Amino acid sequence: MTSLPKTADFEAEKAERTFHMAAKGLWTAPCLGPIDGRLRTFTEKTLDHELIIDLGALEGLDTAGAMMLQRTMSACGGRTDESRFVNAAPEHMTLLVAMTDNLAPCPTEPPQRNAFILMLNRVGQGVENVYFSALHILNFIGVVISVLWRILREPKRLRLTSTFHHMEEAGLDAVPIVGLMSFLIGAVVAFMGAKVLQQFGAEIFTVDLIGVAVLREFGVLLTAILIAGRSGSAFTAQIGSMKVREEIDAMRALGLDPVEVLVAPRVIALLLMLPLLTFVAGMLGMVGGALVAWSSLNITPGMFMARTQEVIVLSNFWVGMIKAPFFAFIIAVIGCFQGTQVEGSAESVGQRTTLSVVQAIFVVIMLDAFFAMFFLEIDF
Amino acid sequence: MIAAEHLDDWAIEVEGLRTQFGAHVVHDNLDLKVRRGEILGVVGGSGTGKSVLLRTIIGLNAQAAGRIFVFGEDYDAVSNEARRAIERRWGVLFQDGALFSSLTVAQNVMAPLREHLDMPEALMEDIAAMKISMAGLPPDAGAKYPSELSGGMRKRAGLARALALDPEIVFLDEPTAGLDPIGAAKFDQLVLSLKKALGLTVFMVTHDLDSLYEDCDRIAVLAEKKVIAIGPIDEVRRNPHPWIQEYFSGPRGRVAAHAAGAAAE
Repeated sequence: MTSLPKTADFEAEKAERTFHMAAKGLWTAPCLGPIDGRLRTFTEKTLDHELIIDLGALEGLDTAGAMMLQRTMSACGGRTDESRFVNAAPEHMTLLVAMTDNLAPCPTEPPQRNAFILMLNRVGQGVENVYFSALHILNFIGVVISVLWRILREPKRLRLTSTFHHMEEAGLDAVPIVGLMSFLIGAVVAFMGAKVLQQFGAEIFTVDLIGVAVLREFGVLLTAILIAGRSGSAFTAQIGSMKVREEIDAMRALGLDPVEVLVAPRVIALLLMLPLLTFVAGMLGMVGGALVAWSSLNITPGMFMARTQEVIVLSNFWVGMIKAPFFAFIIAVIGCFQGTQVEGSAESVGQRTTLSVVQAIFVVIMLDAFFAMFFLEIDF
Repeated sequence: MIAAEHLDDWAIEVEGLRTQFGAHVVHDNLDLKVRRGEILGVVGGSGTGKSVLLRTIIGLNAQAAGRIFVFGEDYDAVSNEARRAIERRWGVLFQDGALFSSLTVAQNVMAPLREHLDMPEALMEDIAAMKISMAGLPPDAGAKYPSELSGGMRKRAGLARALALDPEIVFLDEPTAGLDPIGAAKFDQLVLSLKKALGLTVFMVTHDLDSLYEDCDRIAVLAEKKVIAIGPIDEVRRNPHPWIQEYFSGPRGRVAAHAAGAAAE
């Protein structure tokens, strides 16, 4: 063992038309980084010259080092027998010979095109995507509805176990988080209302505010958003990873309809559970509001109840409940649809999951706005 | 040649290994030694824990008992830093290549270089090109993503990545499974030529009888939770254990033996 630090090095000198290069030290991958630049510069100088590489002082060589030596050799000389390796140890020579066929460079990335054209390309693809994904999702919605209709006529086609499983996972397991969230929302709405209404001496209207806000809008909307993030994403990831592992193809090959086996139970589970969750959210939102009204406005729970029964028309409650199944359908269908769009890689599962949540929330809010206008028009 | 038995001769030593998942014992008191520079084929029926053994040796599964020495060092006793140093000295080819799907093949090969070594980008690209070529892939495969490759090409790309850091040991998990016979034969040739050129130690889990005859210096048979036979293939074939007899004397075993015999003549 030498006491010298373990690095790669080389020395070169020129005699007429021939370069003599002496490689020294350890030519192994960890040591080669620092000399690569210098070696390339040297390689350029040796163009059209002969090159003799002396390997007598080499302490170690691996494939990376051998590749670099061969690269240097083939780039300059190699035209006649004059250029060659000398004093190489037999095991080093074996490696060098093994490298001769492996010097072809290869691209590391797909070729890049002009940035402007690339941008135009992206815009074009984006527009096309919007069109075709709209078609695809409409097609998917149609398929789901026809499968649901088939199940309605032949109820034994329904996968009961799977449906209950998803009802538990997407519905029952979400009760604590949905409840807590709407409790807090109810409390926050009460605080905000109380502060403004107190200025007019109209504290009692806080009850109206809470009732309308929580029952009509916030309960169902926030529950839907939460479920889109919680279960819509889960549907996409589950179906997507099944797609990656070709389980969906296997189902098709076995004569099973993936929409019937995978999508229908999820859609039905959400259709049943989202209204129930909305109910829970509405009730707990009222409780949160009532507690705040009690603590900061001295409206006792009894008064709160009485006022609620007096002024909150039942239609507010029904507006919330009617919207729930529509939101449920949208969330489940978009979640499952994005799952079926997963392709190939693990990255794709992530992209589709993000897309599924964003789209589901967007469509839910859009639909909510539509419902608001609709109910306003029909004066419900 | 009779080799003196000292520490340096063994690349991997497994002593009294016991692995279990819950109450299910996969290996019990398993011993196995792999010589430096040999190709060891590990065979066994489905579910005998061949892949588990491989994963345990490379530290992906914790063993319940027993010790594993790699290059003479107890893998579980050394510091994290020493462990990483050991990890750099082996390469692993997983069953389906296990390539990073968001990177191209060349970027996959460059990943360990980038992670472990400090070198300019251009050199990394040269090394990646060299490894890709060594693994028998055409140069244009470098820019492709794993999902664009066939199964055989993914295996080769996985091998290129496994070889990226010039490992001393290469672990291959069923390298020829799922390849057509021509592709499998080429892969066998590739492993042999790499072993000759680079002096690799190869630990190969396989079901492929042709691979065993073509490549392996020794084979180890896993059954009954331990290694029931280890040695050159002709020696193992004579072992009277019923599973070994069934394995080598079945129709496929006879054909492979015949082919190997014919090739030798």
